[in-house]
Amino acid sequence: MAAFLSSIPAMILTTGILVGLSAALLGSFLVLRGNAMLTDAISHSIVFGIILVWLLTRQLAGPVQLLGAAATGVLTVFLSEALARSRLVRMDTAIGLVFPALFSAGVLLISIHARDVHIHAESVLLGEIGFVWMNTVTLLGLPVPVAVVTLGAVFLVNLVFVLAFWKELKLASFDPGLAAALGLAPVALHYALLTLTSVTAVAAFDAVGAILFIAFVIVPPATAYLLTERLWLMVVLAMLLSVAACIAGYVLAVLWNVSIGGMMASMTGLWFALALVLAPRRGLVAQALRGRGERLDHDCRALVAHLFTHHDRPEMDEENTLRALTDHLGWAEPRARAAVLRALDRALIERRGAQLALRPKGMAEAEAIFGRMAPSRLAAADENRGL
Amino acid sequence: MTALAELLATHTVRVVLLGAALLGAISGMLGAFAVLRRQSLLGDALAHAALPGVCLGFMLAGARDLGSIMAGAFFTGALAALVMMLITRATRLKADAALGIVLSVFFAVGVVLLTHLQAQGGAASAGLAGFLFGQAAAILARDLWILGGVGLVALLLVLAFWKEFKLVSFDAGFARAQGFPVTALEVALTVMVALAIVAGLQLAGVVLMVALLVAPAAAARQWTRSLGGMVAVSAGIGAASGAVGALISASARGLATGPVVVLVATGVVLVSFLVAPERGLVPQALAARRARSRISAARVLAAMQDLAAAHDDAAYKAERGMIGVALGAAPPADRLASLEREGLIRPVQHPPETTPHWELTRAGRAAERPGPEGRIDPGPATPEEGG
Repeated sequence: MAAFLSSIPAMILTTGILVGLSAALLGSFLVLRGNAMLTDAISHSIVFGIILVWLLTRQLAGPVQLLGAAATGVLTVFLSEALARSRLVRMDTAIGLVFPALFSAGVLLISIHARDVHIHAESVLLGEIGFVWMNTVTLLGLPVPVAVVTLGAVFLVNLVFVLAFWKELKLASFDPGLAAALGLAPVALHYALLTLTSVTAVAAFDAVGAILFIAFVIVPPATAYLLTERLWLMVVLAMLLSVAACIAGYVLAVLWNVSIGGMMASMTGLWFALALVLAPRRGLVAQALRGRGERLDHDCRALVAHLFTHHDRPEMDEENTLRALTDHLGWAEPRARAAVLRALDRALIERRGAQLALRPKGMAEAEAIFGRMAPSRLAAADENRGL
Repeated sequence: MTALAELLATHTVRVVLLGAALLGAISGMLGAFAVLRRQSLLGDALAHAALPGVCLGFMLAGARDLGSIMAGAFFTGALAALVMMLITRATRLKADAALGIVLSVFFAVGVVLLTHLQAQGGAASAGLAGFLFGQAAAILARDLWILGGVGLVALLLVLAFWKEFKLVSFDAGFARAQGFPVTALEVALTVMVALAIVAGLQLAGVVLMVALLVAPAAAARQWTRSLGGMVAVSAGIGAASGAVGALISASARGLATGPVVVLVATGVVLVSFLVAPERGLVPQALAARRARSRISAARVLAAMQDLAAAHDDAAYKAERGMIGVALGAAPPADRLASLEREGLIRPVQHPPETTPHWELTRAGRAAERPGPEGRIDPGPATPEEGG
């Protein structure tokens, strides 16, 4: 245990993973609710809260500092919503006005007090996950990094919140109207979620800064959303993706000597890009294949309908050929060939010399399309009934 | 004052002032369109996404060359806009999630590139950090030509496509029905937002650029109802905020320009929200009070006319409680007094009762009954936002 706690890489990874887990838990619901950009507003404006609390208490860590700084995040959301309600500006503009103002005030106060407060204006953006091991507290006789203790506590709180209010969160995310009608207080839940997001942002601030935090909140849940239909699976997947991003990011950052937090956040982006292209059902490749399959099926139906229209008619010899598909229907050669092959494979048609003829299955499909029987088959049916 | 005059006299400060005003004007002008088209947060995402481009431009040029840095920022900004479009069209993720993903992942990649450049060292790479929070002092005399060129291109584009941009900003559906190439125009406007961001990076930095885009436009919107007026006022406010912010930041050591400019612009926004005629909160509250008082007096009069009609007695003597029953609430004394002053009603005695009564005067009987529900027109309604 002591060896684990004194290992710098282990502590950096633990910090990153705790940030990722805490953020993914809440982020899943923020993404589903369409509140992802509130994270942007919150994570910028807590900078003001952090420096304000420092000016008042001269402390950067501790539960009171955590909650005090987090209050600015909630305040930003509240102010933006109030401004939008006043109808002076719309919601997106309101967000774009409030958080830069608070962030600017925070950055300026940090610059002014740069010598006393141990935050560099640049680390506000980049975080200093590489140095989290330097600041420790003694817990059960062992030195534990402050960031690990804080983030561990925040993760537990988030986990308890999500498990305790699972049903409420699920309903409020998918059907806020019904949640309100059932008396589940969606507004209170909304603010509880945003308060926890603010607290998590403050706790993660030392490690990943104000902006990379957004990646941990939004990107893994959005990736998981492309991969599954089930909420619990989405949350679990988001957390797993975060952990994988932290480990891969750390390894690559050390290898290339670049920002650890930045590389971890970049890896969440890589997972997203992979899922966007390759996701089994919703990925771009799967969509393209499905689109191609649907086009082929449609062409098959058009082919069967075409053959049916000219079935047993004088022009049959000329119309029911591969050539007519390109000449009369205006299909490109490969498209006509693919449709014919597909129809042959599915036993809808058969070749009779140069002619394409409907087989019973194709005849049945065409009759279903037109809602009537072919004249020759109609006559045969009449005969059978003895008319 | 003499210190200010001395500061202004130096060549460097004049260049910085001119550059800052130019950048502010460009961002303000183009920001007006972004705000009207509800793309404020798109500006935020594109600004963050410019960071990897800044680093790439620096890597390719091998030095702090404004031209290649701006080209790089423009390239990654445009790429971000495309990725965002792909995500919203090809997946079921909401637009805000797409914004958050693009913003945080591009920024993370930018952080990785930035730390890579800084690790490689080189004196010039230190100047890159200035693009995070803005550093107007770094504007060189030769940069003014590039900035002026970008501004001129933007201005010419806006003037050349004024009618089209106006239509697309206010009613894209109508524009499409009229046969305007709406998609092309929307792409052009998005490109121009990217251009404004690229131009403003030196002034506000990637993180705060959104405020330089949004704040002047939000303030200008309060003062005018015409698009031309809004674009012009917005450009003016942007230029003034840029110049004042640059001056403050140049005169104090260690103050990044971006936050100062943003706070100046936010101050202008606050003043506009409060005192702008028609839309401002204070004039609105005054107008509402005036309207309330007019409505109330008119309703009292209407209630008395109704009472007179119901009793078939033009000189019906109404007791205060009686009017209250007809109104649904006791009439305020000052309303009765004001109706009395206007000569529409007069106080009368109604023995044996001792309470005061009122009856309609000839003028009050003749006064037009104010609307079906006892309302009178409270004057021109507050104009709706946008179109």
